[in-house]
Amino acid sequence: MRTKLLVLLAALAPAAAFAAGGAVHLEQAGNDVGNKASLQRGASHFVNYCLGCHSAKYVRYNRVATDLGITEAQLIDNLMFTGERPHDTMKIGINPDDAKRWFGVVPPDLSLIARARGTDYLYTFLKSFYADPAKPTGVNNIVLPGTAMPHVLWELQGVQEAVWEGHVDAQGNAQRQFKEFKPGAGKLTAEEYDQFVRDTVNFLDYIGEPAQLQRTRLGFPVLAFLVFFTLLAWLLKKEYWKDVK
Amino acid sequence: MGSSSQTAGAGGGRLAALTAWIDERFPMTKLWKEQVAEYYAPKNMNFWYFFGSLALLVLVLQIVTGIFLTMNYKPSAAEAFGSVEYIMRDVDWGWLIRYMHSTGASAFFIVVYLHMFRAMLYGSYQKPRELLWIFGMLIYFALMAEAFFGYLLPWGNMSYWGAQVIVSLFGAIPVVGDSLTEWIRGDFYISDVTLNRFFALHVIAIPLVLVFLVIAHLMALHEVGSNNPDGVEIKKVKGPDGIPLDGIAFHPYYTVKDLVGVGVFLFIFSLVIFYAPTMGGYFLENANFDPANPLQTPPHIAPVWYFTPFYAILRAVPSKSLGALLMGAAVMLFVFLPWLDRSKVKSIRYRGPIFKFFLTAFAISFLALGFLGLQPATPLYTNLARVFAVVYFAFFLLMPWYTSIDKTKPVPTRVTYHAH
Repeated sequence: MRTKLLVLLAALAPAAAFAAGGAVHLEQAGNDVGNKASLQRGASHFVNYCLGCHSAKYVRYNRVATDLGITEAQLIDNLMFTGERPHDTMKIGINPDDAKRWFGVVPPDLSLIARARGTDYLYTFLKSFYADPAKPTGVNNIVLPGTAMPHVLWELQGVQEAVWEGHVDAQGNAQRQFKEFKPGAGKLTAEEYDQFVRDTVNFLDYIGEPAQLQRTRLGFPVLAFLVFFTLLAWLLKKEYWKDVK
Repeated sequence: MGSSSQTAGAGGGRLAALTAWIDERFPMTKLWKEQVAEYYAPKNMNFWYFFGSLALLVLVLQIVTGIFLTMNYKPSAAEAFGSVEYIMRDVDWGWLIRYMHSTGASAFFIVVYLHMFRAMLYGSYQKPRELLWIFGMLIYFALMAEAFFGYLLPWGNMSYWGAQVIVSLFGAIPVVGDSLTEWIRGDFYISDVTLNRFFALHVIAIPLVLVFLVIAHLMALHEVGSNNPDGVEIKKVKGPDGIPLDGIAFHPYYTVKDLVGVGVFLFIFSLVIFYAPTMGGYFLENANFDPANPLQTPPHIAPVWYFTPFYAILRAVPSKSLGALLMGAAVMLFVFLPWLDRSKVKSIRYRGPIFKFFLTAFAISFLALGFLGLQPATPLYTNLARVFAVVYFAFFLLMPWYTSIDKTKPVPTRVTYHAH
């Protein structure tokens, strides 16, 4: 009885994941927060392409420098443009009311976006812009249809065309389904663009939880100590319990 | 432990004198002996008996980490979310303290659920331990309140909407419902006012109640004595010295044994803290990394896993007020177990097949409801939840019947124990 029910539940699990996840297939970001070179590139992409409109108001510049292994001089020369001080957080000058007028929404703060949406989501989102003349920005996005965000990276990726498959549903209405992208001509090759996005997402992953680098490093010594402690406790227990007949 | 005055050696003269000085004014040695060194516990307590001391450990961890979190947390709608991020990023070791506290909340429920299931396996709630069980259940209720109030404090979007959903349940109460929800929130919606009062309840009111109840629970336990996997009352067979023949001193035997349990527990606890602090969205939910937004609901609102068995029951019922009633009943029914159970024996070892069947079915339905409560309510899942809810209630409501007709095995007079 127990096994049958477990099998039943296991069989239902993928259906639930599908129901919760929506229809778009997310690509794996495949980023690695342990890769400092990637994080440094991602930081540079972030301050050049994202930080104009999006803040990261919980992220301190000098913390980024320390964690990414760059000096304060490198930090100021490469990542800071508007006279902030190294201990400042990544705030932006854009007035929220103006932002709302320009885009329709205030661009969200990105400090925790990787934790809230997941890295795969961000990776796929940044790769899924396509030309849509009906939109004021000229582009739309498969992952977040109707997004107010323009394709900031269009020069690098080029503007993709979406290819649709059509069918007529049971009610007789024409429906279309996304099939694939027709690549546009950008400065980067498809592989280079993937890497560009991966590095950017990697940086977003890092700023979501800067302590994660420290956290995973600390894990092993703590666990090793606990194994030793438990072994000692077990030997002590055995010694005492010899008396119990 | 050198707190006994007899251990005074050449260098211990001063310590012994100090002990004697204290003992004349406060029953220190007396308490130590009564509650620990000369508290005789059955020698056959098994794996399931680790979870009581572990629950105490987690309580202490939660209080200590909670104190440190409070030093940097700001209970206001404008600052709460940012102050949690401040703890996570700028406070030295803040991330560790926060993850210990958030993981501790889930760990608390895991050990308490296992502790409660132990009592159900071995009939620990039966006479003469009814009050011990009731104190335990009150601890569980206080723990649920504590977790609920605490969950609002990070002021994430799931905090906000979770609180919104749960508080609105009180609106199902006829006549006074709407005024009651307004009274709880202190406002017309979940706001700064609500956050402030939930903070007060989370850090002062409920912890005080919890600590008081834990003391009462332990006093009741030490009065009646621990049950054991055989469900045999060890006090019935005593040696000439008045000590139960099957009893061993809690200290040192069970203190060293519990130390092993503590080691294993902390190992698993650390695995989560250091390598999976969000536990894939089950201990810390993704939607809670978005700040509270009264204008935008998360795509899928579900409570944290430890409430989902009851949440699944709530959702399975089409009428909101009946659903809320059944959900409340599902939680409350545990209290009546000592009187629902009519069996002559305590332990599952000597019970008949009908009880074993019902207990297994109950455990499966509890887990299945927990799973279903985390999922979106599709028609299939809702129907499954209904089936499991019926099994859940059948376990309690049919208990007087099936425990009285069930065939039991004879219970030995002494516990079964093999020295190793």
